[in-house]
Amino acid sequence: METFLSGVELLMRWDVVAALLIGSIGGVIIGAIPGVGAAVAIAILLPATFSLDPIVGLTILLGIYGSSMYGGALPAVLINTPGTAVNALTTYDGYPMTKRGQARRALSLAYSASFWGGVFGIICLIFLSPLLALIAPHFGSREIFLAALLGIILVVLAHRGQVFAAGMLAAFGLLLNTVGLDVKYSQRMTYEQTWMTGGFDLIVVVLGLFALSQAFLLLTDKDNTPEAQPVEGALFSGMKELWLYKRVATVAGSFGVLMGMIPGVGEFTAQFLSYTYARKTSTTPEQFGDGAPEGLIASEAANNAVPAAAMIPLLALGIPGEALTAMMLSVFYVHNVIPGPNLFQNQLDFVYALYLAMLILNVIVIVFLIFSTNLLTKVIQIPTRFLGMIILTLSFVGVYSLRNSVTDCAIASCFGILGLILKRLNLPIVPIILGMVLGGIMEVKLRSSLIRVKEPLDFVERPIAAIIAGMIVLVIVLHIRTLIKEHRLRLAGEDTDHDLHDTQQG
Amino acid sequence: MTLMKWPVPSCIGHFLKDRAMIKAKTLQDLFKRYRRPGDLVFALTFFAFSLFLLATIDGQVTWHKGTRFLAQPAFVPWAAVICMVVFGALHLLSSLLSPRIMGRLSEMGFWLRSCEYAVWFMIYVFAVPRIGYLFASILFAVILSLRLGYRSPKMLGIAAVFGVAVVLVFKTFLQVKVPGGLIYEYLPTAMRSFMLTYF
Repeated sequence: METFLSGVELLMRWDVVAALLIGSIGGVIIGAIPGVGAAVAIAILLPATFSLDPIVGLTILLGIYGSSMYGGALPAVLINTPGTAVNALTTYDGYPMTKRGQARRALSLAYSASFWGGVFGIICLIFLSPLLALIAPHFGSREIFLAALLGIILVVLAHRGQVFAAGMLAAFGLLLNTVGLDVKYSQRMTYEQTWMTGGFDLIVVVLGLFALSQAFLLLTDKDNTPEAQPVEGALFSGMKELWLYKRVATVAGSFGVLMGMIPGVGEFTAQFLSYTYARKTSTTPEQFGDGAPEGLIASEAANNAVPAAAMIPLLALGIPGEALTAMMLSVFYVHNVIPGPNLFQNQLDFVYALYLAMLILNVIVIVFLIFSTNLLTKVIQIPTRFLGMIILTLSFVGVYSLRNSVTDCAIASCFGILGLILKRLNLPIVPIILGMVLGGIMEVKLRSSLIRVKEPLDFVERPIAAIIAGMIVLVIVLHIRTLIKEHRLRLAGEDTDHDLHDTQQG
Repeated sequence: MTLMKWPVPSCIGHFLKDRAMIKAKTLQDLFKRYRRPGDLVFALTFFAFSLFLLATIDGQVTWHKGTRFLAQPAFVPWAAVICMVVFGALHLLSSLLSPRIMGRLSEMGFWLRSCEYAVWFMIYVFAVPRIGYLFASILFAVILSLRLGYRSPKMLGIAAVFGVAVVLVFKTFLQVKVPGGLIYEYLPTAMRSFMLTYF
């Protein structure tokens, strides 16, 4: 309890309060604009947060991460265009409801379900934290190496149908991380180019792949101005209606928490499992895809439960499970706060402060949305090419303010073009980022674990290491088994909407 | 049944398929993707790049005596390049075996057209230390808006205000590290230090 109160105290500062407001409201607005998602916003703001206290900087970034999905539901429901990639499933039932003249009901349900999922996720984690604090110290170099390896394998295998592409891009990320001087100060993969001696900065690569690529994409494509009709009536009613579907919302939230905790899995899997569960247990399964409230609730409650859960591997083990937490990891490093077992052991108040901040963010967001939805319908009407100009201008601050380096800007531009090509081809970007981040962690932990490893089997002599190694084998075996089964059943994608899990990350 | 009401750019148009109901049968089914035009070109280029890395990696890494194999600084680059070659070859093979999708040239044209905006970005980067962040941002936002086809005074005005707002937020308020412009040197002393600090 004392630790918890200490966490509360960390939040009682004007700059943290300002960060809460900016992060939550900014995140909703960013999420509501189709074409800009949390990844673009976080990439741009990342360097600006380096000068802030870790709790302030992380609150802003967490605010954007957690609230962008709330905002993303708005265009998904009103104009059938998800504001962020993870709101795609919301269009299935949200937009048919709008067409039936139930836009207010759909939005109200989407917001309420998002709030339920978000708060459920955070409450679960607040209660899980003491347990994590007990388990985390048992993670040594070997365990963290194996967990990072499991993360990379899961990221690759999660990109079903594009495992080869995800694998080659993750390997490319691994390689990028090795460029520069090695531990013995020898040049590594620099090709005698002085500009490569310092290596590729993660933030430069992230800004290029996420922000600049999105700007180039919007600028090169045809102009478009999305239009949405204002919503009439109060948006409180969804809370009452959600109570009728509390079982679906809670199960969806649970899937979100579980999937969020596993590196490399995340929102899409949680949403799919929740949606399938909701449809199977519904008395009116035929309505799914045609305006079923349970479908809408399952989608929104699941994706909003993920951000809090995704902080678990990051905070407890220092292993980011997806691109956004990978970006946040750099904020920790800049402030010399090293996430991992020690953080849970020694700075549990800091962890509690982060969770509390997320809880407050959800309250601010829901209040903001109830009163400002019609204002947001105006915001989403920004012409897309103009939006591209805005992202390009903002990206400059992100890249240039790092080191005032023209070379960094040129590198970011090149990664911007690469990101554009990947987005156009619907190839995944996340494996490059996770390859870079997890590759760095793996190399360091592998080297340090070798001091105590004499034989290969020594690697798995400790129980947690053995469990993770077992999980790696199991994941690969299950993948191969599924491939064989799928081949036999010839489920080769008939009648499937392959673009639902779009790799484009705004 | 067409659910789309307004034309949208292809970058967000992927989401706007007609959907009567969710059709995926299994989790694996859901995560499959169709190839898009230009996939083979990218697969070929990536594979060629991987082969180049494999051919040259020996001269780019050092194997140190007395260090265990897995702890060698050369280990991870080698592992990464081998994975790139293997996965790149498999991706290329699957691209070659897939039915051809028309529109490869126009897709490559799109990629090339996007380079124009990379040039715009670099011009902005070079302009900031010379004419200052404030003027560079205003000019960049307005001129790029003109290039994009916005002619109305309203849109150009919004672009200019946006340029000012960006500088106020990031340089004046957040004090991010962006150097002052060379032209500020020609300003009177008091004005110069003010401009260098805040704009």
